Amino acid sequence: MTDDNLLKTPFHDLQLEYGGKMVPFAGYSMPVQYPLGIMKEHIHTREKAGLFDVSHMGQCYIRSTDGSDPAKIIEELMPSALSVLKPGKMRLTVLLNDEGGIEDDLMIARTFEPEGTLFVVVNGACKEKDYRIIEEHFAGRLILEPLADRALLALQGPKAESVLAELAPEVKDMVFMETTMITLEGAVCWVSRCGYTGEDGFEISVPEADAAAFAARLLRHADVEWIGLGARDSLRLEAGLCLSGHDFDGSITPVEAGLSFTLGKKRREAGDFIASERILSQLQDGPKKSLVGIVPAGRAPAREGTEIADMNGTVVGKVTSGGFGPTFGGPVARGYVPKELSSIGTEIQLMIRGKPYPAKVVSTPFVAQRYKRK
Amino acid sequence: MIKYTEDHEWIDADGDIATIGITDYAQKALGDVVFVELPEVGTSFAKGDEVSVVESVKAASEVYAPLDGEIVEVNEALEDGPALVNTDATGSGWFFKMKLNAVSDLDDMMDEAAYNTFVAGLD
Repeated sequence: MTDDNLLKTPFHDLQLEYGGKMVPFAGYSMPVQYPLGIMKEHIHTREKAGLFDVSHMGQCYIRSTDGSDPAKIIEELMPSALSVLKPGKMRLTVLLNDEGGIEDDLMIARTFEPEGTLFVVVNGACKEKDYRIIEEHFAGRLILEPLADRALLALQGPKAESVLAELAPEVKDMVFMETTMITLEGAVCWVSRCGYTGEDGFEISVPEADAAAFAARLLRHADVEWIGLGARDSLRLEAGLCLSGHDFDGSITPVEAGLSFTLGKKRREAGDFIASERILSQLQDGPKKSLVGIVPAGRAPAREGTEIADMNGTVVGKVTSGGFGPTFGGPVARGYVPKELSSIGTEIQLMIRGKPYPAKVVSTPFVAQRYKRK
Repeated sequence: MIKYTEDHEWIDADGDIATIGITDYAQKALGDVVFVELPEVGTSFAKGDEVSVVESVKAASEVYAPLDGEIVEVNEALEDGPALVNTDATGSGWFFKMKLNAVSDLDDMMDEAAYNTFVAGLD
């Protein structure tokens, strides 16, 4: 795809104005970094408030055709407790295939509409696929309405609440995984207390027409900086959050990917989701391989694709995400290892440029999550 | 006189011993350097061989031998302080020293003015 074919978000001009270095990402021209640089952008987010353009992600409403609860219907392909979601509550879940593999991870929120309409946010690189899977599987039962005229911003970090509360004091009353509709600077927004950095913060779905002015207003705040994709990746990696298509794909189950928390308790008992037999037996017996946190002993980062070997040098798996953790202060990685090497503290080797480097299996997150809970 | 390569390395020769690092343009393009893999002293390289790897938060990049020669010293300060490459690329952020096989190879390389012209043409 040439640059001319890339889509632009409503923040494009504002990103260029702030010196964003633009790269192609999920079909869009997106900023990988700003003049501050990835390291300082990362630290700024952990210390103050980072503003992220995540408009490449897919936003949609999902309703049922017969007026019944769409969450109950969509649970066929998603193992989380969704039908019990109350208005204004949201949940991370996974979209499963016939094999129990994860096609994508996504956020599902219950809106305040009487028919229980769902507000859904999916990954940018997967949105066409996710929409197709949902529309095909639930043909005649669910209606998916893409919200093409909405941009999405994430405001993340310990100052996110105070910054946003200057525009809407009511956000202070929200806790992690709550969503509500708020008028911000005249724009009717979905404000959700969630994110992808491990920090407290908000995702704000804003009408396209109001988006740039709203972002400009936030950027005028001394605590707020634009943050690019580079720091977004290092922040989520430190926070132990999966990147769809990298840390899992359609061949990996939620149990293998360390996402068993997405399996609702009653859903497990009922086994009423696709490929539940395979997933539940893995849950009971433990998966043959699983995604683990890895800390290399030295300073050499182990990036995606780096081979993981046991202490005899036998290659047993691959790094799925890896790099330098600015807050952690050293390299961090995640990858799949067989059951016998998955215990915390197990010594392994990373084959970086053909040479073995010692490393250890550790628990994640690498940097503690700081969500605002009740 | 300091010489430069199109791979954005600088070479500061004192007799047949050349100190080699990456340019300020290169460190800016790389971003925050977090790791430098240095060669072993005593290893010989031919021009164009991969000698070293510099890793920024963003990505890993190779550093090539600008000339034929043998590694006689590496900058061990980079092991604990890779950020020196960002803060002082052309000084304390040097990578390694090579004993050149042929000092005359330097003659054809870019001087500072030629390198600046080369860099200006890249943006």
